[in-house]
Parts: sequence; structure tokens; C-alpha cells
Amino acid sequence: MFSLQAMARRTKLNEPIDFSTTPLFHHNKKTFTKTLGLSTDGRSKRMNLFQSVNNALGITLRTSNEVLCFGEDVAFGGVFRCTMNLQAEFGKDRVFNTPLTEQGIIGTAIGAAAKGMKPVVEIRFADYVFPAFDQIVNEASKFRYREGATGGNVGGLVIRMPPGGVGHGALYHSQSPESLFCHVPGFKVVSPRSPSQAKGMLLSAILHSPDPVIFLEPKILYRAAIEQVPEASYTLPLDKAEVVKSGTDLTIISYGRPLYTCSAAIEAAERDFNGASIELIDLQAIYPWDRKRMVNFGVGAEIAATIQDALFLQLNAPVKRVAGWTTHTGLAYQKYIIPDVARVYDAIQGSLEY
Amino acid sequence: MDEELRKSWGLRDWCAPERCIRWSTTSSTIDIPRFPGAVNSPLVTTMNFRTSSDLAPIPTYRVMNSEGYLNDPNRQPPDVSNDQALIWYKNMLTVNILDTIMFEAQRQGRVSAGEEAVTVGSAAALGPDDVITCQYRETGVFQQRGFTLKDFMSQLVASRNDPGKGRNIPVHYSGKQKTGVHAVASTLETQIPHAVGAAYAFKMEAKENPTETSEGDFHGALNMAATQDCPVIFICRNNGFAISTPTSEQYCGDGIASRGIGYGIDALRVDGTDIFAVYEATKEARRRALQDGGRPILIEFMSYRVSHHSTSDDSFAYRSKGEIESWKTGHNPLSLLLRWLENNGLCNETMEKETRLAIRKAVLAELTVAESEQKLALRAVFDDVYAELSEEQLAQKEELRRIMMTFPDEYDVESHEGGLAGL
Repeated sequence: MFSLQAMARRTKLNEPIDFSTTPLFHHNKKTFTKTLGLSTDGRSKRMNLFQSVNNALGITLRTSNEVLCFGEDVAFGGVFRCTMNLQAEFGKDRVFNTPLTEQGIIGTAIGAAAKGMKPVVEIRFADYVFPAFDQIVNEASKFRYREGATGGNVGGLVIRMPPGGVGHGALYHSQSPESLFCHVPGFKVVSPRSPSQAKGMLLSAILHSPDPVIFLEPKILYRAAIEQVPEASYTLPLDKAEVVKSGTDLTIISYGRPLYTCSAAIEAAERDFNGASIELIDLQAIYPWDRKRMVNFGVGAEIAATIQDALFLQLNAPVKRVAGWTTHTGLAYQKYIIPDVARVYDAIQGSLEY
Repeated sequence: MDEELRKSWGLRDWCAPERCIRWSTTSSTIDIPRFPGAVNSPLVTTMNFRTSSDLAPIPTYRVMNSEGYLNDPNRQPPDVSNDQALIWYKNMLTVNILDTIMFEAQRQGRVSAGEEAVTVGSAAALGPDDVITCQYRETGVFQQRGFTLKDFMSQLVASRNDPGKGRNIPVHYSGKQKTGVHAVASTLETQIPHAVGAAYAFKMEAKENPTETSEGDFHGALNMAATQDCPVIFICRNNGFAISTPTSEQYCGDGIASRGIGYGIDALRVDGTDIFAVYEATKEARRRALQDGGRPILIEFMSYRVSHHSTSDDSFAYRSKGEIESWKTGHNPLSLLLRWLENNGLCNETMEKETRLAIRKAVLAELTVAESEQKLALRAVFDDVYAELSEEQLAQKEELRRIMMTFPDEYDVESHEGGLAGL
């Protein structure tokens, strides 16, 4: 039993995340050894998320002539600077602007991928992916399946988009539509938590994935997340979850920006609830997700159902979900809708006390 | 179709882009099949690909020249009273000043400098019951249609007096009751088919839309409107850019007006910096749209986006300062109308300065008041997703209440009307 008397909590829970000290980053390349796939050999450099994405895109364009990079405003660098200098280096044939048509962008990319190209297309905000929904769900997801024996596929396709709230994005700059894509199999849906993860996962997605990938880059991390990133090329798996903090009493599963909220809540909980030891898992592969790891280590919407099916008798408490409320992210109310540290902390407390 | 226009388009006599004519049967003789897909198309033995250069570019209609006089001295002056012209000037100026203040004071804005005439002028030509759907760069429409400074500032700071209940980011106004305009979204062109549907439902509609016509919604909407004879005006502001993408990368072919023809829709191109041209064109479009039970009309208003796309954009990254300056100082809607007003003795420099100062003062005063207002009650978090709260939402509301009571230091509930009781 944990000591859960009302602690005089001196520190406020809902403080802004301090990315310069978060344990989820590699502030120093010595910690590369903690992450499978990151090597301490070779040089590393401080990069934020858009720089690491830019770095990865440059490497793929250099490595393979089949790689194309297109979307709205990518030529001048993109609204989030992920495509800076790429057109200058690789030319207009490979890096180019498109008209404003997500439907047209994805449809064209499917055609190119079917011919063996590796189109890496950008949807400016995840909120704007919906005109492309038909192409994603009815075309790309089903392509290999309906080709049957021909082996035809669109494995070279990578769709990049930034989801998530930034505090003031309101209705159309804050959405997380990834769950919609997880109900139609055919794509790998993944989300890196940090610049070093992003580079390795994007390189995997573009150069090695035999399946099309939806690559979600949490937009608030583009500038805010800065850490050491290896300068050389390296790849990280697209189908593995990662234990980013070990613990024995409770497991929290998350991905993307909310990981940092969970990390802050865990820090507060372990400080306040004497003896509590809480594990944090980064899902990374949102769909298909790493079933083996989840079943062995953790408890967690879809995940929760599968886990209880396998581990019903081993659970000490019901699986709890902490998510946005059933409403839209109105500007004046965003901070009450998107899960904050206090809500995760409260959920931890509830589970430990169960 | 007008002979002059036909000639100016370089159309041969037998080319008649009539409105779509529906045939219930197509008769054919052995020699002359009449295909249902193109009933007026004559059969020929020479292979003649139609190219976009066959047709001369669609000309641009203007009333004023750059000095603020009638470009055609033989025509009647515009059917606009002096009072009306002054009100328009004041409204355009208000839009301009609103943008500036929002930029300076709030680092906010989807600024619309250079395009004020299109929004104010077209809105002025519409009827009070006409419904409008528009994009987020159309502050002038709201201004012309009765939105007050209090409405604008309340929306900016998402205070309790915002008709949109503080839900949308700045310049995404909601004002249907006052202005007849649907609430604005950030998504592009999605509002175009809405106007078509509203037109179909009953009366005169108008729709505003910037140069983006690349989205599928534009094409679907025009097609629907044409085949269903909807009394709707499609208004396109062609300001030359979509963030960094110039129109040369957005489309080939002769602008947007030419697309209307492809759908069987009458189209006109207008100098969007000339408010009289904007007004006359919209008025005429409205008259035509209501003819014979209704039909769609397309107007392409040409302008130049003087400002950055938004406060997150630095447009010097993709265009020269010289280019922007020449449009800013040379040919823009405010200075053009001002020259007209001065030429007609209706305004002078002193009056202009005083009006500017007065508007600025009024806007800042409203901003100060709005900033001190509370936000709406917390029930606005869950209200209006459905007509009634769902069971799930009711449970979540209680959960949120419990969280806010358990962690009172984490939430500033008093900034909302009624505090926690307002949930």
C-alpha cells in the first residue's frame, strides 16, 4: 500500500514542460546506449524536430533517386521548415510545390509509388488530411490486397503530417486524426517522440518499409524538442514499442506529445506517493502496434481490450484511459480538453489506490 | 451570348457555350448522330485540338483608372451615393486598421491588406437576406454587413461576448444572425458547396473564396450549382498567392474565370482593387443569378496580397520587397477610392487622418474592454457538439468537475463566467 495521504504538494502539476531537462531526450550522446539503434560511434549534433526531419529527408533524397518530396509550400522550406534547402540541392523534379489539393497530392503519390517511386508527401496540418481520406482508405490501404498475385503495391509511399495541440490552435490546427487510420489496415501508422526517433524512423519508413507509412510528427515539438541526434544515417524499427522508463507497479502507454505530460505526472506521482514505481511505454507504432511488448509489460482503447483479453487475471486494476473529452478543441477551452498533467496524475492515483 | 464578347474570346460562330440543355431523348439520323453528352457539337472531318491559347485571356473589368477618375469618360458615374462611397471607405479603412492592430497588439491575424474592396464592395451589392459563406480573409464582409467593433474584439480575445462562443481562432468569425454569414473554418474551399446547397434551398446566395480553387470542393460545387440551376454567386479573390505558392504553381490555364465556362457557368473577371467595379459586377451577377429560376455566376476579382499570409509567415522569403512596395503604394483599393473621393470633393487629407485616428482609438478602446471581460461559462466546453449533451458527455462533465475540485490550484475557473458552477 502506498502512502497516499494528502501531500502538501508544493509544486504545481500543470507547469509547461521543460524540454531542456526532460529525461526522454538525449541531452548528451552518452545516453544513446539506452536506445536500441542509436550508436555512440560517430558524430552527433543538437537538432530540433524539424531539423532532424530535414536531415533525414536530405539523406533519403541523396541515397535513392526514387525518392520524391512534394506537397504544399515545400519548395521554400515548408511552413514548419522541414523541407528547407531540399529543392535547391535536389532540383524541382524531385522536390516541388503542389496546388492546394490533399486529394490530388495523395492520389498522385499513390500512382508514383505504384510505379516504384518513393514519394514522401507532406500534409501541412493533420487537420487537413480529410480531403485525402478516400485515397488513403479506399486506394492506398487496399492497393496490395486488391492487386492480388501481381505483387503490385504502394510500399514506397510515406505521408507526413503534424497532429496535436499547441495551446492556441483551436478547431483546425489541433486535431489527432491518427485513430481514424488505425481502423483500416494497410498502412503503418507511427509517431516519433523526439528528434532522434524521428530521424531513424523516417529513414526506415522511406528507404526500407515495404508498406505505406503515415508518419505523425507532433507539431509542437518541431521547435521545442532539441536533443543530440547522430549525424550518420541510421534506422529505427516501425513496429516496436519502447520502454522509456522502467517501473513495477503501474504502466502508462502513450505516444507523441502526451508522453511528456505523462512523464511529468509520473515524476510528481513517484515523489508524492512514496514507493510507487511507474513504467512509461512509448507506443511509437500506433498501428499495427507491438502486441508482444504490450502483453508482456503493460496495460493500456484498442490496446486495453486486447490486454484484458490476454491478462485479465493478472491485472490489479481496470485499464484506465485518459483522453480528450468528446468535444472539439474550442480556442478558449483547449486546456481543459486535452489531457494535462493533473489528469494523468489523478489517473495514476486512482489506479494505485484501486 | 454577346457578339462582342464572343469575338473578343476568339470564338468561331458555331461555338456556343450555352447553358446546359437537357434532352430526354436524342434523336439521330443515320448520318448525324446527336450524342447526349454534347448535343450542340457539330461533326467535323478535321482533327482540331482545342488549346487554352485558342481563346484570348478573359479581360478584366474596371470602372476607375489609377488616378481615381472614370476610366471610360463616356459612361455614367457609378450608381452609388456620396454617403455610400464614404461609408465604404470608412469600412475598408476599419478592416485595414483592425488588421494592423491585431498584428501589433496580439500577434494575430490572417491579414487582408490589399483586398478590402472585394469584401466590402461585394457585400454591399448583396441583399440583406442573402446568405454568405466565406474564408478567413473576409473581415470586410462582416464589417459591411453589421459586425461591430465589439464583435470583432470579443472574437479576437475569445471573451464571453464573442458570438462564436470563444471557440475559433482570431478572424474566424461567427455572425449569422447579424450578417447572414456562416461561421468561418480554417479549411479551404469547404464552404463553397455549402453556398450551393443554401442557394438550392431557396434564395440568393453569395460565396467568397480566395485563389484556392484547387481543392476538390470547388469543382464539385460548381458542377452541382450548374446542373441544379442554383442561384449562387461564386466569388474568387485572386491575390496571386497561396502562402508561398504563386498562382503559376497553383494552376495553368486562364485564371479562375475560365474554369466557370468549362462548367457552363457565366464568368467575369474584375479589377478587385476598384470598389465600384466590384460593386457593379456583384450587383449584375446577382441580377443574373436570379433570372429564370436561378443559375450560378462566377466572378474572379483580381488583386495582390500585400501582407504576409499570416503572422507566422515571412513573405520576404518568397517574393521581393520591391514587388510588394509597388503594389502597396501604387495600386491598392484604399488609395484608389481615396483619390476618387478627393477628386469629387468628398474627402481631404485632414478628414482622412481624423477618420483614421478615430477608428484606431475606437478599436483599441473595444480591445481593452474585451480583454477585461470574462470568458464564457465552462459549459461551453461540451455544449453544441450535439443539440443535447450525450450520456458520455454528461459523464465526462462530471469527471472534469471532479478533477477541477481535486486540483483547484491547477485551473483558473474564475476567469470563466460563473466559475466552477458554470460547468
